[in-house]
Amino acid sequence: MEMHSYPIYDWINRTAQDNPRRVKAILIGSSYEKRPLYVLKLSFNDRPNRKAMWIDCGIHAREWISPAFCLWFVHHSLSFYQQNSEITRILDSMDVYVLPVMNPDGYKYTWTARRWWRKNRSISKSGFCVGVDLNRNFDVDWGIKGSSQNPCEEINCGPFPESEPEAQAVANFLRRHKDTVQLYITIHSYSQMFIFPYSYTFDQAENHNDLLEMVQEAAQRIKRYYRNTYTYGPGAATLYPCSGGSDDWAYKLGIKYSFTFELQDRGEYGFLLPPSHISGACNEALLAVKTIAVKVLEKTQAPANHHTI
Amino acid sequence: MATGELNPNHYPARRAAQVVQHYLNTRYGSPFRLIGVQTVHSGNAEDVADSGRKYQLELSVNDIITNTTKTCSAELFFPKGKGQQPPEVKASCEELLKIDIKAQEEALYQKYKTNQTLMSAQYLPDSHGHIEPDMKPFWHLGILASSFIMLNESTENTLYNVAQVANITQLTTEEDHLEFDCHTLLHEMVSQEIIHWKMLFTWSPAEGVKVVQMKRLPHRHEREKSPKTN
Repeated sequence: MEMHSYPIYDWINRTAQDNPRRVKAILIGSSYEKRPLYVLKLSFNDRPNRKAMWIDCGIHAREWISPAFCLWFVHHSLSFYQQNSEITRILDSMDVYVLPVMNPDGYKYTWTARRWWRKNRSISKSGFCVGVDLNRNFDVDWGIKGSSQNPCEEINCGPFPESEPEAQAVANFLRRHKDTVQLYITIHSYSQMFIFPYSYTFDQAENHNDLLEMVQEAAQRIKRYYRNTYTYGPGAATLYPCSGGSDDWAYKLGIKYSFTFELQDRGEYGFLLPPSHISGACNEALLAVKTIAVKVLEKTQAPANHHTI
Repeated sequence: MATGELNPNHYPARRAAQVVQHYLNTRYGSPFRLIGVQTVHSGNAEDVADSGRKYQLELSVNDIITNTTKTCSAELFFPKGKGQQPPEVKASCEELLKIDIKAQEEALYQKYKTNQTLMSAQYLPDSHGHIEPDMKPFWHLGILASSFIMLNESTENTLYNVAQVANITQLTTEEDHLEFDCHTLLHEMVSQEIIHWKMLFTWSPAEGVKVVQMKRLPHRHEREKSPKTN
């Protein structure tokens, strides 16, 4: 399947149409330039009181492997349900919300104008520079660390928290669904890293040890199956301290399993990952998602729900 | 900043390791040998009076082209104080030069010393990560030349990679080496900025890469007028 094609909307429509029982396209808002923001809800059975997980991609425009991964995940779910035991267990137990492109304006801009664009395309009050870094725009210790009020900079946090329609749409959706969403994953590139809260402070998250155990297992499995190295740890110490991140915000909302994945590679191609690397990058991320989702199920399922074989 | 034993998974060690990578590429890099950090095993950092900070690292690096891993020990010193002073690096690695690339280097050198038209290439790799096999050595040369800049520009608060070689053009020269004009884009991870540099550099199998001139290009900030201008 064609991974890096711009008409992701065609793919979203077709996927929902071709799989009406399992896939529903939900409109959660629109971008600054009025592109629709669609979340695909994967719901493979209708057990009551189902929990959910959320995966978003394409928050940073130039990280092209990210939207590719969301498509890859949906494709894997539809193709390997009841064939692969891990994805089957996950989809039997949880709904999955997938937002393939959180920043469609920025994404389009990287195809038509500037390949290095990162932010969204909102025009600042001064009109001088364009774009807010959506991953600095969430309402968690907003504007304090690793971000900038200067609209010309790449890590511009915007004029106020959730000022950007894309961040607001995601935040509104997650607020409405916070009692069912147990796992939050946001997909980025590059660096080959799994990070978890907090980025805005060096303080440890309450369930730091659980989160560490999960990413450690994900990294170990990737090493074993794909012979590739991922580092992992809390955001501030592992990558850099920064405020306004979606993973920290989701965690503070109450989603206690919250992760940022940085996909391939480690700087050789960087943002320009070639087609030959796409399947490897996506398979590694998929293994990590499945590993962590299964561990979340183990930690959150009440004993009565355990199925013994 | 972190002092004493460093967590190899955390950014202070990682950033220092990246500086070692740039240093190794300036010393040992070639169109056929490119070095990348594989794993940081351990590290240590300490303040040196008021003059700066000293790091010690044990790490493994990877020859990206042949996919062979070597262990290294490195010492770095990041000076403190006015003006951007480059870090000082000392590193020793096991057998980095073991794999023989002399024949490939010589072949490349001869081909472009005697070519009728001067080579020129753009966007290595292109937006989709494509790069013609013939052009890979020039991509690597652009990365090597950039390594001198990345080494110079590095601090404890930066992490540099080459985003793309935008343009590399061969120039005529009477000298024995090949000469190139080059425009590369660096990605700085902490600020997330893309920084443009122009360089003039030379290369030969005997001399390796020497950067003759380098200039940072100004940031092209986007200027778009809001519809409601007063």
